[in-house]
Formats: sequence, C-alpha cells, structure tokens
Amino acid sequence: MLRITKRAGLTKKQIFLYRIIAVFAALVASGIFILALGHNPVAVYASMLEGAFGTLYRFKETIIKTIPLVITSLGICIAFKMKFWNIGAEGQIFMGAFAAAYFALNYPSMPMPLMLLLMAAAGFIAGGLWALIPAFFKAQFGTNETLFTLMMNYIALKWITYLQYGPWKDPKVKGFPMISKFNENGFMPKVLGIHAGWIIMLLLVVAIYIFMKHTKKGYELAVVGESENTARYAGMNIKRVIIMSVMLSGGLCGISGMIQVAGVNHTLGIEVTSGVGYTAIITTWLGQLSAPVILLVSFLFSILLQGGSYIQTAFQIPQAVAQLIQGTILFFILGSEFFIQYKLVFNKVQFFKSGKEAA
Amino acid sequence: MDWVAFFTAAVQAGTPLLFATLGEIITEKAGNLNLGVEGMMLIGAVAGFTVGLFSHNPALALMGAFAAGALSAMIFAFLTVTLRANQVVTGLSLTIFGTGVAGFAGKSLAGKLVPEDLKAAFVSAKIPLLGDIPFVGRIFFHQDWFVYLGYIMVILLGVYLYKTKMGMNLRTVGENPGAADASGIHISLYKYVHILLGGALCGLGGAYLTLVYVPAWQENITAGRGWIAVALVIFATWNPYKAIIGSYFFGALSLAGLYLQKFNMQISLFLIDMLPYIVTILVLIFISMKRVRENSPPKALGEPYFREDR
Repeated sequence: MLRITKRAGLTKKQIFLYRIIAVFAALVASGIFILALGHNPVAVYASMLEGAFGTLYRFKETIIKTIPLVITSLGICIAFKMKFWNIGAEGQIFMGAFAAAYFALNYPSMPMPLMLLLMAAAGFIAGGLWALIPAFFKAQFGTNETLFTLMMNYIALKWITYLQYGPWKDPKVKGFPMISKFNENGFMPKVLGIHAGWIIMLLLVVAIYIFMKHTKKGYELAVVGESENTARYAGMNIKRVIIMSVMLSGGLCGISGMIQVAGVNHTLGIEVTSGVGYTAIITTWLGQLSAPVILLVSFLFSILLQGGSYIQTAFQIPQAVAQLIQGTILFFILGSEFFIQYKLVFNKVQFFKSGKEAA
Repeated sequence: MDWVAFFTAAVQAGTPLLFATLGEIITEKAGNLNLGVEGMMLIGAVAGFTVGLFSHNPALALMGAFAAGALSAMIFAFLTVTLRANQVVTGLSLTIFGTGVAGFAGKSLAGKLVPEDLKAAFVSAKIPLLGDIPFVGRIFFHQDWFVYLGYIMVILLGVYLYKTKMGMNLRTVGENPGAADASGIHISLYKYVHILLGGALCGLGGAYLTLVYVPAWQENITAGRGWIAVALVIFATWNPYKAIIGSYFFGALSLAGLYLQKFNMQISLFLIDMLPYIVTILVLIFISMKRVRENSPPKALGEPYFREDR
C-alpha cells in the first residue's frame, strides 16, 4: 500500500536541497523545450544571467524590477498571514499610483521632500482604502475576499484607463493617449544610480520582519489567521485587527505604486503595474510569508524577468518562451512543496505482518 | 437603432464567456478555484485554430481545443489535487504558462485565416420553427452552431448538476469533502474529472474566438475574457442556467460602449467596461448578506482536502 504521511522535522538544509532540485528539474524540462527550438539551453540560460547581470545597466534594471515586487509582496504577506486572501494587490498598486499622481500633477510647484512625502502618504491611504472595501464586507457579512479583491483589480484598471484616455489625457501628446509627465519635484531622487525605492524596500523588509516577529500587533494578526476563536478568547478585537492589517497590506501595495510612478514612469498609465500585483502573489507564497525570504525570491524572479526579456534580443526567442519557462519553473517549485511537507510511505511492514498472521 | 442586430451580436460576444463560465462552474463545484481560465482559453484558442487550419475539419478543430484545454487543466489538477499546491498561486501560474504557450505557438499563425470550408461549417443557420418566432427567433435561433452547442451545454450541465447522482456527489465534494469521503465518494477522481472537463470547456470558449468570432489568431486574443468568466461564475451564483443569462448580458455590456459611441453619448467606454465587475461585486455582497445556501460559493472552495489531516 502506498500511503502519504506528513513529514516531520526536515532540516533547513534538506528543505533547501529539495527546492534546488525542483528549480534544477524545471530548468531541465524547459531546457528540453529550448533544445527542441534548436537552441542550446545552457547558452540560453547563460545569456539570461548575462541579461540580468552582464552590465551595470542591466543589473540596475534587475534591481528596478525587484523593488515593486518586494514591496507588494510584503503587503500581500501581511494579509495572507491573517488568512485574508488579498489578491487585489494589482488594484491597490493602481490606486496608490493614482493618488500619488494626483498630487504630482496638480501641485507641481511644491518642494520636493514635501511633495514626495505627500505622494507616499496619499499612495498609502488610497491603496489601503481600496483594500478596506472588501475587508469591510468580509468582516461584516463574510463576503468572499478572494473573488472580491480580484474584481476590484479590474475596476481600478478601468479607472486608470478612463483617466488616461479621458480627463487626464495630455492634450499636447499626439497619437497614443498619455498622461503628462510629472514636474521634477515629483521624481524620486537617485541613490547610487537607482531610484531611492531600493532603500525604502530594504527598510520595509526589516520593518515588516520585526513587525511580524516581535510586536504585539504582528502577533495578533497571526493569531487571528490561525483561529478567530482563540483570538476572541484572548480578548482581541478581531474586527480592529482585520481592518488595521488590511489597511497596512493595501497601503504597502499603494506605496509600491507611488514608488513606481515617482521613481520609474514619472507619470501615471495603465502599464504602471506591469502585472506586479499578480506576480507578487506568487513570490509571497514562494517566500513563505517571511520578509527576508520574500526579498530573495523576488530578486530571483526579477532575474528571470530581466533575463527573459534579454534572450529575446540575443536569440530571437520570442517573449512568450520566457513566460513559458517562468510558468514551468513555478509549476515545479509548487509541486516540490508537496515533497517537503509529505512523504510517500510504502507500507511494507504492515503487509508482511498481515501475511504472517494469515499463515 | 437595430435592436435585433445588437442582441444577435451580444449573444455571439457572450458565447466564449458562456463556455468558459460553465467550465469554471464545474471546476469550482468540485471545490477548486482555477484562476487559469485566461491561460486555458488561450491554449484552446491556439489549438482549435491550428487543428482547423490543417485538417479543415470542424469536429477535429473542436476536439483539438477541447483536448488542449483539458491537458492544460491537467497541470492544475495534478498540482492542486495530487500535490496539494495552493490553488490561487497555481492558477495564476497557469495563466502565465498558457499565455506563453499560446503566444509561442501562435507566432507562426499570425495573419493566417480560417479556411473557407471551415468557415462555411460555422456559418449561421436558422433553426426551423424556433427561428420563425418574431424577434426572439432572429436573435437566438439564427446563429452558428457553436452558439447552439452552448445552449446544449447549459442544459446538459444543469441536468447533470441538479438531477443526477453524480452531480449531487460532485456538489458534496465541493461543499463538504469530509462527508463525501466518508460516504465513499472518490474525491480525487471527482476533482480530476471535473477540473479537466472545466478546462476543456474553457478551451472551447477560446476556440470560438479564433474559429468563428474573429476569426483568426491574434496575440492575446482573449483580452481578459477569462477573468470576466471568473466574475460571471459569481454573477451566476454557480448556476449554469443563470450563467447563460449572465454571459449574454455581459456580452451585451461589452458591446454597449461601442454602440453608445456611435450615438455620440457622453459616457466613456472605459467606465462602461467597469460595469460587469461592479455588478459582480454587488452580487457577491448580496449573496453573502442573504446567506442563501444554494447561491453561496461551494463551502470548501479553494481548500485542499487532506484525508490524513483530519
């Protein structure tokens, strides 16, 4: 008989080994595919690394891709810890970017530090409020938040599209509708050649790590996630914990949107998220809801993204293949979790025992 | 305004949504939330088109899309049912993967047209008697037979879910897998079969786009229809009969913007595009407030089932 049992006590080293095997298996699987396309997989992978690290410019691009992924994942992680399945990060990023852009576009003469602070605050509040809508209904009526937050993404997307093609369209730009660029007061300053978002990212990783591991509030939200009853017996105000944590979760996603408009795009537009809201769900999950691991996973994923777009030019391999490789790697890693948590047991002992008794 | 033409077009716009929605309903009824609809539709779209292009055979083209959809759902089923991976994350990964597969496979298909003989097979045909009903007949019974296949699917699925033993078992699996397991239902088998069937229907929905609606392959041809289907499942409260009404309604909404523009109405297209999602949210809130059991999401939706953990 083949039986599945829960595995107890794998060492960290073993878990790490399993993950490496999974990634390796994924690379082999997509390698076979690349081979079928008539390319040398090793050369393709090597050039992906080259695309992500080869020059200073490319390395900076990789970091720039990492920043929104990490900050958004941190936001999602807070909600997930509470078992509030917030998959609305995409919309929260949009709304954060929208609120930040509102101030940058309407008060262009404000001094830079004040402007950036205001944009960040607006981004946080807008992202947080956008997440609070589903949270309110979840707390009040138990409305399914997975589906609710998903729908909110599309409303936010259409809202930004509406602004870009309608009232906020820059009349000076001919052709493709665009919102006008911010005044330089609304640009995130650069530090070491990359916009200062990377410092914010690192600070947030530390802050969220401490918040989750070492503060009462962080503990409370984990308890609410584990069991609402326990939380109630312990005298926690569950609704308040939910509202506060979701506000923080959406707020961080909003900040991510603000950093994107102030640091990279310097304007608002539908391409501001470039799917980060969805990718971050994956990185959050693979990062096991732990801030430092999320940082690592997001960085690795950015290598995949940046390297993937590079092999396009280097090998004329279509962008679609990069997505295909991404998907394959994700499948393998998701599948490997099973072998970390469970083991297959071949029930020999019992089989022989019953045989003996029968004899 | 030509209302008959508008509603006829709405039915056609709603048909890919209908197939995908029915597919996602079966999947969710088995307790699995597969957010890979968009990916599965794309794979079905490219597969149906490719098979049609080479075989000139409508039945083979449909089977190709059906099989491709089921195969892509197989990845989801294997990961979430057998390997117990997180459903949301797996579904999202499937969408990335499907977009990649279809984008790659479609590279060589750009600019190709559906062969004339195949096009002729999908041309609109009037159903005798029913087609003679004024107004309604013109809208619903002067369509291509892909649309008619949609009607049949709705009825089949409705009867299956509510009138057969297997359908009842399926609902138990989605509501209370523990109880289903105790009563001897093979949970994994049920999940596998229905997830695959769901993916197959999503594949057909995609194929309608490439074979009939557009008809050609375009990069990212589904354009978010998979996500609308996820919304429609809620809108239809997991009921196939309401799904057909919802699909045509959402189909009409997707055209409304264009029609309004024609008449110089001062409403933005993009604000109208928001309506399906807003309506869906309202439905979601409403069903959670009323707590009507038959209208609620399957209780165990999104949760993996481990017998050993109980």
